[in-house]
Amino acid sequence: MSVRFDVRAFTVVVLLLVAALAASVVLIGTGDFPIPAADVIRTLLGNGDAGQEFIVNELRLPRVLVGLLVGASLGLGGALFQTISRNPLGSPDVLGLGQGSTAGALVMIVLFSGSATQVAVGALVGGLVTGLAIYVLAWKRGVHGYRLVLVGIGVSAIVTAVNGYLITKADLVDAARAVVWMTGSLNGRDWDQVWPLLGLCAVLVPLVLGNARGLRMLEMGDDVAYALGVRVERTRLLLLVAAVLLTAAATAAAGPVGFVALTAPQLARRLTRSPGPNLVPAMCMGATLLVVADWASQRAFGADQLPVGVVTGVLGGVYLLWLLVTERKAGRI
Amino acid sequence: MNADRTTSTAAAGKASNTNTTSTGSDGGPRTNTRRSTVNRLSAENVTLAYDQRVIAEQLSVEIPDNSFTVIVGPNACGKSTLLRALSRMLKPNQGRVLLDGQVIQSMPAKKVARTLGLLPQSSIAPDGITVGDLVGRGRYPHQGLLRQWSTEDERIVRESMTSTGVAELADRYVDELSGGQRQRVWIAMALAQQTPLLLLDEPTTFLDIQHQIDVLDLCAELHEEQGRTLVAVLHDLNHAARYATHLIALREGSVIAEGAPADIVTAELVEEVFGLRCQVIDDPETGTPLVVPAARKARTTAAAPVGVAKS
Repeated sequence: MSVRFDVRAFTVVVLLLVAALAASVVLIGTGDFPIPAADVIRTLLGNGDAGQEFIVNELRLPRVLVGLLVGASLGLGGALFQTISRNPLGSPDVLGLGQGSTAGALVMIVLFSGSATQVAVGALVGGLVTGLAIYVLAWKRGVHGYRLVLVGIGVSAIVTAVNGYLITKADLVDAARAVVWMTGSLNGRDWDQVWPLLGLCAVLVPLVLGNARGLRMLEMGDDVAYALGVRVERTRLLLLVAAVLLTAAATAAAGPVGFVALTAPQLARRLTRSPGPNLVPAMCMGATLLVVADWASQRAFGADQLPVGVVTGVLGGVYLLWLLVTERKAGRI
Repeated sequence: MNADRTTSTAAAGKASNTNTTSTGSDGGPRTNTRRSTVNRLSAENVTLAYDQRVIAEQLSVEIPDNSFTVIVGPNACGKSTLLRALSRMLKPNQGRVLLDGQVIQSMPAKKVARTLGLLPQSSIAPDGITVGDLVGRGRYPHQGLLRQWSTEDERIVRESMTSTGVAELADRYVDELSGGQRQRVWIAMALAQQTPLLLLDEPTTFLDIQHQIDVLDLCAELHEEQGRTLVAVLHDLNHAARYATHLIALREGSVIAEGAPADIVTAELVEEVFGLRCQVIDDPETGTPLVVPAARKARTTAAAPVGVAKS
């Protein structure tokens, strides 16, 4: 999608995809019943024995696919948000979309003791409503920059308070379930989570990439984009809606996995060293990050001991601090 | 057909050259409607407003083809607003802006962008972008999903950089450049758009004097050598008088005078538009009008009654 074919960016994308696939294979092989990588690949290709087939295809593959899709969605959503707000902090984590989804999920868990599907729907709706609220509140001749970030932080604070209230209202079982959900975890994800997410990505990713050139122009300011013939408001609204949907769907599938949306686009553009939104590299980076983080949490703390959100949170927090320090040196914050 | 059009345009241009519209009475601007639009770009009886704040009412302006038109006027007189309307960034509440005989808002955005370029004041260079990449983005309206980067794009980008004198900076990062260089790069980007009309919103603001002249010389070259129609908003009246072939003086959203600078720039006009007492002498370098503000003493003593009457 680049203006001129960018060899470095292409190489980065290929390497990230290879890394994501390799990590996926290793992750499928990891667990209480370890399977060597060669066997994993053989099983995935349909030549494994029955026992391995069940473990790989029914238990671990969907979990890894959810991880890849959630990571890719968060990476892409984050890149869209950061480009539109022209601010690395304008990412869904900071804007409170995750908290919004959490509120939706908590309502389902605490007030209705809902099923997993109901919780996912609640999270999706919560994220969409929060996205809409931020958009309406930040709207003033187009959403951009600090206004979006500040409104997002405000909304995030309010929703966090609501979440705290819901948890105190909950009984012990619901509260435990809520807390696990809130950390963001891939435990027990199966094909039911894969299909809706895959369907959504299949629609949204081509749509977003089709508008990527307009987004590049938007980076230079609304006036320049207008002058170049971009339908600014239409493009921005479409991409924001896509970004909110991607983020909300990812959160509905895996809980609010922290900081992937913030870090993936930034890491990707540092690797490609190419200007612009770097949408595809950010997407691949998100997928890689999430799968590697899931593997790291299982590896270090044993299977299903530590939700993946804890690992991304720790890594992302460190990265955020580093970002703030370097941005300060560059005189931008 | 084409030749016909240009001669009639020239005739129309001449006729309106010394047309000093009087807008003293309220009915003034309403009678200001011009003859049929021969020129490519014009505004007809537009009312321009931001939200509820009305900047100009019933304003009509024609941009003569192949001119270097400069819009001048005091702060908040609506000159940038007019430019935004001409570039379809601001939709008039009433009236219409015509480009090649069509209402500009009704035209496809990319088609407009292939005819009319704009150098806005607020442009942001993306982090880590090189000069060549930025100039290349000017090719956007000529590209589509299926028609991406071509050798022709490459050639036009190189030409645009050469004619703005930034060719040797092609691989440098835009962040590293000086203000004057950066402005040249943005102009190069607008040139790469290859539009016969180019609008520039205060292209010399924030530049020191030698870069101001540098940018204006560049505009004059683009106008003379490449035959583009240029419209610029400028703060400095003397720069405007020196470089413009057609001057539009605005005050409070109305055209006070328009025409060739030598014909319309007088001490009376400057006082009417800017409220400044001055002398107008011949520029020793170019022979164009040069505005010399009256000395402070002369202004305060002589101008006092005028000032009271005005306020």
